Amino acid sequence: MNTFARLLTGAAIGVAVSVTSFAAVAETPANMLVIAHRIDDVTTIDPAESFEFAGSDISRNVYGRLVSLDPNDLAAGYKPDLATSWEVSEDGKTITFTMREGVTFHSGNPVTAEDAAFSLQRAVILNKTPAFILTQFGFTAENATETIRAEGNTLMITTDKRYATSFVLNCLTATIGAIVDKETVMANEVDGDMGNAWLQTNSAGSGPYKLDSWKPNESVTMSSNPDYYGGAPAMERVIVRHVLESASQRLLLERGDIDIARNLNPEDIAGASQADGVKIEDELKGRLMYIALNQKHPELSKPEVRQAFKYLIDYEGMRDSFLKGQYTIHQNFLPATYLGASEENPFSYNIERAKELLAAAGVEDLEIEIGVREAQERIEIGQSFQNAAAQAGITVNITVGTAKQILARYRARELDVYLGAWGPDYPDPQTNAGTFAYNPDNSDEANATGLLAWRNSWDTGGLTEKVDAAVVENDRDTRIQMYQDIQAEFRETSPFVIMFQQIEQSALRDNVTDWSTGQAVTSAAYWQVTK
Amino acid sequence: MALTGDNGRGRVRASLPPWIKTTALTIGSIAMTMLGLLFVTFIIGRVMPIDPVLAIVGERASQSTYDAVFLELGLDKPLVVQFGYYIWDVLHLDFGTSLLNARPVSEDIARVFPATLELATLGIIIGIVIGVPLGVVAAARKGSWIDQVARVLALVGYSMPIFWLGLMGLLIFYGILGWVGGPGRVGIFYVDVVPSVTGLILVDAALDGNWDVFKNAFSHIILPASLLGYFSLAYISRMTRSFMLEQLSAEYITTARVKGMSEWDVIWKHAFKNIRVQLITVIALSYATLLEGSVLTEIIFSWPGIGSYITTALLSADMNAVLGGTVVVGLIFILLNIFSDLLYKVFDPRAK
Repeated sequence: MNTFARLLTGAAIGVAVSVTSFAAVAETPANMLVIAHRIDDVTTIDPAESFEFAGSDISRNVYGRLVSLDPNDLAAGYKPDLATSWEVSEDGKTITFTMREGVTFHSGNPVTAEDAAFSLQRAVILNKTPAFILTQFGFTAENATETIRAEGNTLMITTDKRYATSFVLNCLTATIGAIVDKETVMANEVDGDMGNAWLQTNSAGSGPYKLDSWKPNESVTMSSNPDYYGGAPAMERVIVRHVLESASQRLLLERGDIDIARNLNPEDIAGASQADGVKIEDELKGRLMYIALNQKHPELSKPEVRQAFKYLIDYEGMRDSFLKGQYTIHQNFLPATYLGASEENPFSYNIERAKELLAAAGVEDLEIEIGVREAQERIEIGQSFQNAAAQAGITVNITVGTAKQILARYRARELDVYLGAWGPDYPDPQTNAGTFAYNPDNSDEANATGLLAWRNSWDTGGLTEKVDAAVVENDRDTRIQMYQDIQAEFRETSPFVIMFQQIEQSALRDNVTDWSTGQAVTSAAYWQVTK
Repeated sequence: MALTGDNGRGRVRASLPPWIKTTALTIGSIAMTMLGLLFVTFIIGRVMPIDPVLAIVGERASQSTYDAVFLELGLDKPLVVQFGYYIWDVLHLDFGTSLLNARPVSEDIARVFPATLELATLGIIIGIVIGVPLGVVAAARKGSWIDQVARVLALVGYSMPIFWLGLMGLLIFYGILGWVGGPGRVGIFYVDVVPSVTGLILVDAALDGNWDVFKNAFSHIILPASLLGYFSLAYISRMTRSFMLEQLSAEYITTARVKGMSEWDVIWKHAFKNIRVQLITVIALSYATLLEGSVLTEIIFSWPGIGSYITTALLSADMNAVLGGTVVVGLIFILLNIFSDLLYKVFDPRAK
């Protein structure tokens, strides 16, 4: 045992000596951006099909669009990209885009109006998951070639009725609005799939970056497009490495082997913020956490009860404890950074106020079930709510289940209360207004499972018409005001208790500037980054 | 092989039947085991509380998109027919397309398996090279300090969570000391530098003559491989020790010692020779476990191997990938079992 003890002591001294000589921090090459990120949600990179976060990040950097958002000025909204200008017809249904001249795809082919028409028609005809972003304007597989057509250097799209131009253009900034190289894509067509199988793993864009490779669950590598019309990006190579563990990401960052870590948990963010050469940046994302009350329930459908629940949430307590740094209080259906978003958060944790409202409604000994999907933070929110409700005399039974179990019941309008999250689908206020505050037919037969208002059997009491009016309003400022009015009414009358908006925290080496994950409205951009 | 003639002990065999019979039995049992495995994986795939269609199209898809994918997957057909198709496809090494990345699962597995193979092989080599001698010496010097060390090592190996040990290893040897490479198979600057021939990055780098990549890849693999090596070492040394103790207490050892044979010869030539067969099984089993994918190790070290592949697939309801991965892992188990059986026959005269 003496020898063993000596060995141990020796080893300990060895380690201690080495620690004091602390190895130097490595550094990534000046022209290369290296990011650690969870990319296991990427299922396809065909922009007509891609609908996941990490996949949208790839598309945003590889493909140009007719109009797009400037990562350094997201608040400005859409700006010219492959289209330099556009005109709206008298009847408001046709928009004519003039294409930018002299732009080429990565293949060397020129970007033409024909490519733009093909890209949008293709997305409509393939009818993959995100196709609704385009088909909501009345485009169908049958009419696509008439409603979306190229003429010389212009592209014309004709919608089924007049919509706010900002609504149409916002939708065209989404991933599905990417312009693909028709010649390259069709050269790789298999069995009439319009190049879908090929584009799932290859790219044919004109954006600031070319995709070199995507290895599922492993890495994405891109190299800069020196001929990019906006100028060659400073970062000549971008590598996104799939690193699942927060602790591993933090180590890589602190060692200087990566420039950006995107999935650090609150503990690692706190730790990394103390490290030399590391800074933390916050960006608001689109995901909202909410509780919704099923209006089929006789008690839950009373206006005072709907109000009462909004005082039964310990917003600040949760934000400052287990949600720390990852969510901020937000009580409106449009996430902050969206056009028309409201900053009004009038509700606070107030058991007494809730009790008064419940008493006014004549509610006593209420027992309800809340469905929660199996995710740590949601279960914790559920428990906090259960605790507060108990103080107001409401018994809450939490049912935890998989997405399939809980969602199926929610979509079938069977749950008393649902606790969940919702993220916008495209960068226009219509996405969430049309989900939370729109329900033209509240009957069971309507089966409008995509509408959250319908899932909760909520007849919106006039908001449906207001949403319809806002989506066709062409004056931007008036349109913003309309959404703010809708949200003000929604806060007071709806059965939705919107609680939090997600924050994404990136940890960066401190020489990285102009990093953008796209806020709530779009995805990450790499071309403006310098170091 | 000398099927007829002297086999060293003066007995002569003249006919083939036992060999043929054994081979046929082996093939038959492989086939039955595989069929059972396929059946179980298939059933698991169907009763999982996950909707594969929803997993592909997502919650927001329209009903028409949903229906198209439902038909595409053949989910409208009776279960028996679906199972039939499944067997037929697997026989053609076709595990279908990954629901999540639209690539053939067999291609995915061919890509991720070499990563696990490389890691597990280095791990088991470390486990054998240290574990076997350690076990032998611990048995020979029972109660000595080296026996204590071996026991502590084994105990720690059994009780320490691999997750914690892996992170600590990374923190100390990569984070603080900077002696080894971090998570991943190779440094980020070396991604895609050498052409992939075998998929084993050390071998590919050597074939390409790119020693920078080789060194870098080695610096990345050494820590996870040592970790896996440590866990198999703990098991191998403990088993070696107990096998050896059993032998050393046998009468023939006493006889050998009485005859004045040197201690070295007693241990290595007599006792150790007699535990080789048992050891082979232990090592094969250990190796199979490592190949099956040491999920946590792969996750901590961002090692793109079969363990993390199956886990990711499972978490995202990619049933084709889960089934494909499970079948491959099952096949490895079966093959390693047969391999150890065969070695048994080579080393153990009684098994002939």
